[in-house]
Amino acid sequence: MTTPLLSISGLTKAYPGVVANDAVSFDIMEGEVHALLGENGAGKSTLVKMIYGLVKSDSGTMTLHGAPYAPPDPHAARKAGVAMVFQHFSLFEAMSVAENVALGMEEPPRLRDLATRIREVSETYGLPLDPGRIVGDLSAGERQRVEIIRCLLQDPRLLIMDEPTSVLTPQEVKILFQTLRKLSAEGVAILYISHKLEEIRSLCDQATILRQGRNVDTCLPRETSARAMAEMMVGSSFAAPERAPRAPGAVALEITGLSVASPSAFGTALKDIHLSVQAGEILGLGGVAGNGQDELLAALSGEILSDAEAIRLHGTPVGRSGPTARRGLGLLAAPEERLGHAAAPDMSLTENAFLTGAQREGLTARGFIRWGAARAFASAIIERFDVRTPGPDVAARALSGGNLQKFVIGREVLQRPRVLVVNQPTWGVDAAAAAAIRQALLDLAANGAAILCISQDLDELMEISDRFGALNEGRLSEIRPAQGLSVEEIGLMMGGAHGMEVAHV
Amino acid sequence: MLKLEKRPQPSRLWTWVTPLLAVVITMLAGGALFAALGKDPVEAIATIFWQPLFGEFAFYYRPQLLIKGAPLILIAIGLSLGFRAGIWNIGAEGQYIVGALTGAGVGLAFYPTESVLVFPLMVLAGALGGWAWAMIPAVLKLRFGTNEILVSLMLVYVAEQLLAAMALGPMKNPEGMGFPGSRNLRQYESAHNAELITGTGMHWGVVAAFIAVIFAYVLLTRHSLGYHIRLTGQAPRAARFAGVRPARLVLVCLGTAGALAGLAGMFEVSGPAGQVSIDFNVGYGFTAIIVAFLGRLHPLGILLAGLLMALTYIGGEIAQSNMGLPAAAIQLFQGMLLFFLLAVDVLTNYRIRFMSREVA
Repeated sequence: MTTPLLSISGLTKAYPGVVANDAVSFDIMEGEVHALLGENGAGKSTLVKMIYGLVKSDSGTMTLHGAPYAPPDPHAARKAGVAMVFQHFSLFEAMSVAENVALGMEEPPRLRDLATRIREVSETYGLPLDPGRIVGDLSAGERQRVEIIRCLLQDPRLLIMDEPTSVLTPQEVKILFQTLRKLSAEGVAILYISHKLEEIRSLCDQATILRQGRNVDTCLPRETSARAMAEMMVGSSFAAPERAPRAPGAVALEITGLSVASPSAFGTALKDIHLSVQAGEILGLGGVAGNGQDELLAALSGEILSDAEAIRLHGTPVGRSGPTARRGLGLLAAPEERLGHAAAPDMSLTENAFLTGAQREGLTARGFIRWGAARAFASAIIERFDVRTPGPDVAARALSGGNLQKFVIGREVLQRPRVLVVNQPTWGVDAAAAAAIRQALLDLAANGAAILCISQDLDELMEISDRFGALNEGRLSEIRPAQGLSVEEIGLMMGGAHGMEVAHV
Repeated sequence: MLKLEKRPQPSRLWTWVTPLLAVVITMLAGGALFAALGKDPVEAIATIFWQPLFGEFAFYYRPQLLIKGAPLILIAIGLSLGFRAGIWNIGAEGQYIVGALTGAGVGLAFYPTESVLVFPLMVLAGALGGWAWAMIPAVLKLRFGTNEILVSLMLVYVAEQLLAAMALGPMKNPEGMGFPGSRNLRQYESAHNAELITGTGMHWGVVAAFIAVIFAYVLLTRHSLGYHIRLTGQAPRAARFAGVRPARLVLVCLGTAGALAGLAGMFEVSGPAGQVSIDFNVGYGFTAIIVAFLGRLHPLGILLAGLLMALTYIGGEIAQSNMGLPAAAIQLFQGMLLFFLLAVDVLTNYRIRFMSREVA
C-alpha cells in the first residue's frame, strides 16, 4: 500500500447556522480519479475550497505527500501542486488565450515562450487551442481548455475540477475525459466534482459521497449503478418520474421566423427560429449555455417583444404583447435565474406568489392586492409542491435553491397554463426535488398543456421530452423525436465539438 | 476580531432600531464637534433637541415644527416612491421652486379679485408646475437615456435662476418701491394659505402632508402599483418578468415626486414665506432626501423623520442665535445624521460577531 497523495482527516468547517463540513475524511491516491458526489448544499464546494486554500478549516488536518498541508491562500496551494478549474471561468474576454494564461501564473514567462508552451501542452493532452486567439471568440468548451491548460502549465499533482462538463457538448466531454485519463496515467490525481452519475461511472476510480456535510459512504463507481449512487446522495429512495402515455392535440404554441436581438451586450441574438408545440406534448431544447436560451425564454414570456406574427398562441398573435397579456392568454414561463428574475430575493413567498399569480389567480380587486388570497395561493404552492419552509412569510432568499425552484415551478403549474415555458427547471436542485419537478411537468402535459423545456441537462430532456431540438448560437437545429436519438446525434445537433477534434497524438 | 455576517433575511427589529441608533450616535459625534468648537456639548444638544419643544419659548417654536416639517414630509414622500423603484430624483428643490412660482403666479394673476376659487386653482397650478419640471428629466431619460440624477439636479440651478428672474421681473410687486420680490400673498385673503387653527402652525400644507403619508402607506402596502414600485427597486429583472413597464414607472414616480414638491412650494409661498423672493428656497428639497432615507423610505418613518429634521432646523437656529454656533456646524450636524444612518444600516442586513482568531 502506497501512501496517499492527499489525506484528509476530520476536516470541519461551520458557517453560522450550518455545519458545511463535519469531520470529513478520505484519501486520494496518486493517479486516481476521485469523484466527490453530493447534492447541492452537501458541502462539496466548501471542502474543495479548503483544499485549494480559499477557506480555512475550523479543525481537522490534511497531509500532502506525507507532510502537513494547510494552505493559507490559493498561491500556497498552487505552489504545493494543487490546481483547480472552477465551474465559472475567470477569463478576460478582450484578451488573448496566452495573456489570460499569463495572468493566472505565479511567474509568467515571456509571452512568446508561453505561447510555445501552451501549444506543447495542448498537443500533449489533446486539447487543441490557439494561444493567439481572443477569449471572447471562444466557445465554452474552448474557454474551459484555457483554464485547464493554465493549471497544467504549473505541473499540478492534484487537479480539482468543479462540475466541468456542465458547459460542454457530448463530443467535448469525450475530449475532456481523454485528457483527464491521460493525466491520471501520468500520476496526476484528479478530484472530480459532479452530479452527473453516468459520467462518474465512466471516468472515476473511487467516489466519496457527501451528505449534509459528512462523508456518508464510498463506492467504486464502475461497480455501482447510477440509481444506487443517487440514493446514497439523497439518503433515501425516491420515485423516478413516470410518464403516462399521451396523445398530442392541436398546436398550442407556434413560432415562425423569430429573430430578436439580445438586450444584453454579451447575449446571443435569436436567428430565424421556427418551432411548434402541441397540446399534451413536451418539446425539449438542449444546447450549451449562452446559445440563446435566456433570450428565447424572454421572447416567449414577453420581456422581449418581437413581430406580432412571430409567436402565436392557439392561433392568436402575441409577439407584441407584454408579459401580463400573455399570462392572461395562458402562456406562462419560469426563467432559469431563481433569485432576481423568477423571484425577488428580499420579498416574502406571499409577495412572490403575487409576482406572476396576480391576474390568473384573481389576486387583485380594482388594483388593490388581496393579500389574504395571495397568502392562500402561496400556501397552496408550498403544500402541493412540498416546499420546505416555515411558512409563506419567509423571504425567498432564505430558501435553499431546490426549495425555491419547486416554489417557482409550482407557482406556474398551479395557474393551469395552456403553454408553459421553463428554462433549466432543475438546475442546482437535489435529485429528489428534480424528480418531483419533472413529474409535475409530465403530469401537466398529460393534462393537455403544451410544454417547452429548455435545459442543459440532456438526461433530463431525454427523460421527459417527446421531441428534441438544440440551440446553437441563437439558431435552432432540426427538431426530431426524442426516442431513439443517440448521444452522437444529439451532440451534432448541439453544434458538435464546435469544429474541434481530438488531437491525435 | 469583528466579523460581519449576512442575515438570512433583513431584521425587522433593526430596521426600526437603526434610525434611533443613528440619532444617538449623531448626538455623541455632534457633541464632540461642538466641544471642539469650544461650546458646551450638553448645552448645545439640549438647545437643539429640548428648547424648541419644552423651553421657555416653546409656544413660539412648536408651531414652527409643523411649518418646517410639512414641506419636508410632503417632498420626502414623493421622493421615497422613486427611491424605492431605483429612480433617483435629486432635483426636488427645483420642482419645489417651480411649483411655488406657478402657484404664486396664478394667485398674482387674479389679484385683487376675491374668490374662493383662487386658492384651489393655485394648489392645482403648484402641483402641475412641479410635475412639469419633473417631467423634463423623465422624458429625457425615456427618450434619450439620460441620467435622471444629473438632469434633475442641474434643473435645480435653472429653477433658481428662474426664481430670481421672476422676483426681479414679471412677478415684482408694482407697489414694492423697487424692492425685489412679489406682492405679499398673506395680504391677499383669497390666496393666503392661512393658519387653520391659530397658534398651532397647522396650514393646508400640513394637511396635505398628512394625506400624502396615508396615501403613500396605502399605495405601498395594498396597491399593485406600490408593489410594482417595490419590486422594480428590489429586483428589476423580476419586475420586467412580472409585466411592469419601466417607462410608465419612471413617469409615475418622477411625476408624483414633482407634483408633491410643487405643492410644498406652493403652500410655502402662499403661507409661511408669503412672497416670491430671490432667497425663497432654503433647501427643503435637498433636506427631504435625508428625511426620506432617515425614514427608511417608509411613509410613517418619513413622518417621524420630517419632524425630527424640522426640530434640528429650529434647534439649530436657536443654537446659532443663543450660543453663537456657526451655521455650517448645524448643517454638518444634519449631514452626520444621514451619514450615521447609512453606516449603521449595515446592521439591518448583517450581524456583528466577535470571533476568536481563526486557527491557521
